[in-house]
Amino acid sequence: MVPLRRRFEAAPAKWINRTIALGILVFLVLAPPLDAVSEFNLSQIGIRALWMGIAAASVVFLARYAGMVSLGQTAIYGVAGFTYADLVVKLGVGQWPAIFAGIGTAVLIGLAVGYVASRTTGIYFLMLTLAIAVIAYYFYLQVSEVSGQTGLHLDRAPALVGGDTISHPTRLYYTALLLSALVYLSVRYLARTPFGLALQGMRDDPIRLQSLGFNISLLRTLAFGVGALIASIAGILSVFFNLQIAPSSIDINQTIIVLAVAVVGGLAHLEGAWIGALVYSLLAEYTQPWAEHLPHALQKPLGSERYPTWLGLVFLTVLLASPGGLMGLWHGAVGWLGRRLTAGRPQPVQPELL
Amino acid sequence: MPLLGFGVLAFALAWVAYKAFARGFGVEGGAPDWIRVTLAGLTLAALYFVIASGFTLIFGLMRVVNMAHGSLYLLGAYIAFEFQQHHVVSWLWGVVVASLGVGLVGLAMHQVFLRWNQGQELRQALLTIALSFIFADQMLAYFGGAQHYIQAPGAIAGNVDFGIFCTTEGIFGGTCLTFPAFRLVVLGIAVCVALALVLLIRRTSFGIAVRAGVDDPAMASACGINVEAVNAIAFFFGSTLAGLGGALAGAFLVIAPGEDADFLLKALVVVIIGGMGSLGGAAIGALALGLLETWAPQYLPGNWSNYSILLTFVLLVFVLAVRPFGLFGRPE
Repeated sequence: MVPLRRRFEAAPAKWINRTIALGILVFLVLAPPLDAVSEFNLSQIGIRALWMGIAAASVVFLARYAGMVSLGQTAIYGVAGFTYADLVVKLGVGQWPAIFAGIGTAVLIGLAVGYVASRTTGIYFLMLTLAIAVIAYYFYLQVSEVSGQTGLHLDRAPALVGGDTISHPTRLYYTALLLSALVYLSVRYLARTPFGLALQGMRDDPIRLQSLGFNISLLRTLAFGVGALIASIAGILSVFFNLQIAPSSIDINQTIIVLAVAVVGGLAHLEGAWIGALVYSLLAEYTQPWAEHLPHALQKPLGSERYPTWLGLVFLTVLLASPGGLMGLWHGAVGWLGRRLTAGRPQPVQPELL
Repeated sequence: MPLLGFGVLAFALAWVAYKAFARGFGVEGGAPDWIRVTLAGLTLAALYFVIASGFTLIFGLMRVVNMAHGSLYLLGAYIAFEFQQHHVVSWLWGVVVASLGVGLVGLAMHQVFLRWNQGQELRQALLTIALSFIFADQMLAYFGGAQHYIQAPGAIAGNVDFGIFCTTEGIFGGTCLTFPAFRLVVLGIAVCVALALVLLIRRTSFGIAVRAGVDDPAMASACGINVEAVNAIAFFFGSTLAGLGGALAGAFLVIAPGEDADFLLKALVVVIIGGMGSLGGAAIGALALGLLETWAPQYLPGNWSNYSILLTFVLLVFVLAVRPFGLFGRPE
């Protein structure tokens, strides 16, 4: 009891956060065996929030550690998903070689795109990655050899993740949970390696880092490559989840949604990616039931079919009211509580990106 | 890398010339087709210029990347269409109402969402992205998912007969080189817009205020220029140009959900090539993109024409490799 109390007093905010994170993790692991949520929610809310969270985590990683806000992550996960699906459906390649080929192709293309984009920063980088995302969409729409408008449909995912994931989502849920944890821990680890420190130095002052002998262009390219690796995991998971991929999976709406998820969760906090994805999944599934009760005059602009508008409004509100996102609000509140509990001690400063 | 860029450009032009003129310059060769395709490319470029000039004007003055520019374009097209359908006004009035209406929407957007966070470029870009997302869904709610076309007025709805490259055979006797008159009108309007913009920026006191605001907002403000008002007017003008582009495009391109993203891409590519904030750059970028988009499907070897979208990416890559800030862009 005493050491626990001492730990709490040393850093109350950290203690509160860790306790809550542990609680959430235990809940997430035990939810399926305890039937805590229905199978529908496990799949449509749980798995979707986890894979979208990984996609958004690639945005957060680039923004948080390299200062690059990217709209190109859908293009990258599209390349991974389409390559995997193409190899399985059209060429009859085995599941696992196709998965690794998909991830490998996406990372290579990510490195190439990163090299082109590495010379630009800030809003130029944002514009260029958006252009690349839209070009990728039109590429898969127009080139019928790799996709065409109807996209690709798979019979089943690998047996390891449950085969028919639509009827039996539990295994895919645990896969997505495990991969999410892996991505989270890897990025946290990477941030402490010399490479991660160099990225953060570049984010804060590229010119100073360059004068210390670092190759800025190479750092940006490699960062984009790491982002591409994370995004391609999300791309493969999305194909497992939907058992199909079409150009509409990577259209501009999806591109904006992935960015919105990252911003709503909070660009300065990696765990925000999954929080934002949870908000998105809840909106996507549950706007319809309660929006039906809105007055008749509001049905057309805000009614049951209008969940993109609701998502846009949440995105807009977060940008206007709390640029740090939901996790920014959370850490602000917990930090304030911690300072109240241990008055007088210096607290670590949270980075603000927007 | 620059040499490779110019080499690829030279090869592409030589390839188009070879495909177009290898069989001579007469009727039996590819010359009439080349003229038709090139004119189509030029009119497309004209449209892209109208839209991208508004985008680049707003950026040049305020450093605001208006990611909702594509939405304003589509809104202009829908307003012009609705006015023609339900209020039975002439085509010209539809265009005027659509342009000014979209200008007002843009002005409201600037006053409510962008004015108070001037200087926070990334936040402003994200705000306009959020707005474009809402706009797209609301336009889907109110205008539906169907494809629409605007009727061009009777006088310019047909084809222009140039009276050259005439053939003597055929069921109807001779046919000559023709081209849709409306597209030529769009080309003319774009040239007028370009001239008006250049005169506005170079010759009027408003233009002087704009240029002063671009170079040094604080100093311009100290000299008694109301920079806030100049910004608001510029945002109105820039949005008006997007609306004008939409109203014009509705008569020869399709109006449908998704076109907003398409034209945001066009505006982005044009200004990334030409350089943000430069009108001349927007003109060069629009020409390059317009010609690329019409030449590529026509002159690429048959089974490659599906891949023509990738050429847009190649164009971007080569321009950025040679000049990271675009052809006429300035580093920050």
